Amino acid sequence: MANTEQEILEGLAEIVAEETGLPTDAVVPEKSFTDDLDIDSLSMMTIVTHAEDKFGVRIPDEEVKNLTTVGDAVKFIAGAQG
Amino acid sequence: MTVRLQQAEPVRYSRILGLGAERGENVVTNDDIAGPIDSSDEWIRQRTGIVTRRRAGADRDVLDLAEAASVKALAAAGIAPADVDAVIVSTVTYFAQTPSAAAILADRIGANPAAAYDVSAACAGYCYAVGQADALVRSGVARHVLVVGAEKLSDFIDPTDRSISFLLGDGAGAAVVGPSDFPGIGPTVWGSDGSKATTIRQTHSWSELREDPSLGWPTLRQDGPTVFKWASFQVGQFAQQAMAAAGVKPEDIDVFVPHQANMRIIDQMIKQLGLRDDVVVGRDIAETGNTSAASVPLAAERLLAEGQAKSGDIALQIGFGAGLVYAAQVVVLP
Repeated sequence: MANTEQEILEGLAEIVAEETGLPTDAVVPEKSFTDDLDIDSLSMMTIVTHAEDKFGVRIPDEEVKNLTTVGDAVKFIAGAQG
Repeated sequence: MTVRLQQAEPVRYSRILGLGAERGENVVTNDDIAGPIDSSDEWIRQRTGIVTRRRAGADRDVLDLAEAASVKALAAAGIAPADVDAVIVSTVTYFAQTPSAAAILADRIGANPAAAYDVSAACAGYCYAVGQADALVRSGVARHVLVVGAEKLSDFIDPTDRSISFLLGDGAGAAVVGPSDFPGIGPTVWGSDGSKATTIRQTHSWSELREDPSLGWPTLRQDGPTVFKWASFQVGQFAQQAMAAAGVKPEDIDVFVPHQANMRIIDQMIKQLGLRDDVVVGRDIAETGNTSAASVPLAAERLLAEGQAKSGDIALQIGFGAGLVYAAQVVVLP
């Protein structure tokens, strides 16, 4: 079942918080994963894997570099859920 | 058909009788290599867990490392070189197409005329070869098999490469596999996925170098994040299959010895496998770096030598790398 963008944002925030120790409310759509949240490429792959499981989508490895901000990721997941 | 053949008499059980380790003699710090990749000690430690890597000098090649580890393994096992029936070497850094490194090694250590051959299974090579040695011993084809994972990866790196070169070290780990009164090597769970052959690769082949000498000496590259994701989240299932095949549960594992690719991969695997909180984990990567086929026996030998693990402990070992290939088995430590 498709999630709303708000549900995806909340779920993604939990995943990011688990991986990084950041508070979930720091994970907002306009934040950049690397520049604002200080997430490196390996943590990003961990987050992507957990997001794939949680939202039942496939995020190709070559797509990950295009997901600059939290909002980019939310939109991609929403689109992939169709 | 007028005669009935004899076949080799099988042996009931096999085990690892002894381990030997040899590391490159030079300690190379992160600061030593950070300049050409515009990196830092902190960056490398945080992403890989590597503090130093060990590299051998110009006067020692992969066979020298293999020989030193083999002599120690035979001594630890209490097996004379002349009693070795087969020598299997796993390496990607023996730069001669033929003859094999194993044949030369067998002769050097006094195991001539043992059967000798190399396997090419990159970072899974030691676990591949232990699986073969187990089969050779139990089938009665060989009584004592010397397995060696040996690499001089410093001959295969580009100091300006940010993908893999800075991880790599030199070393050799050896094991003597022989007959046993008890089951000492569980079934090997192994496989490959050549559709992902380019994720860890040689920059260009030897024939491409012949066509265009300006390409220079080939070196290694990897798609780091893709490999990280595969190793951290896909490979663990093979370790689970190896435990199931051996009839043990995660809580039965005393020692976990994964290929020493990256400390963060090791930590992800531990999370997935549900091992005991007090499981002893091979973390030799911090000091030795990633030594490909040598990393599992180096890490296991270190745990025994430092007293963190002991003879008789149940160890889960798994190798994974370029191919892609993987192999896992549960063993009783010697």
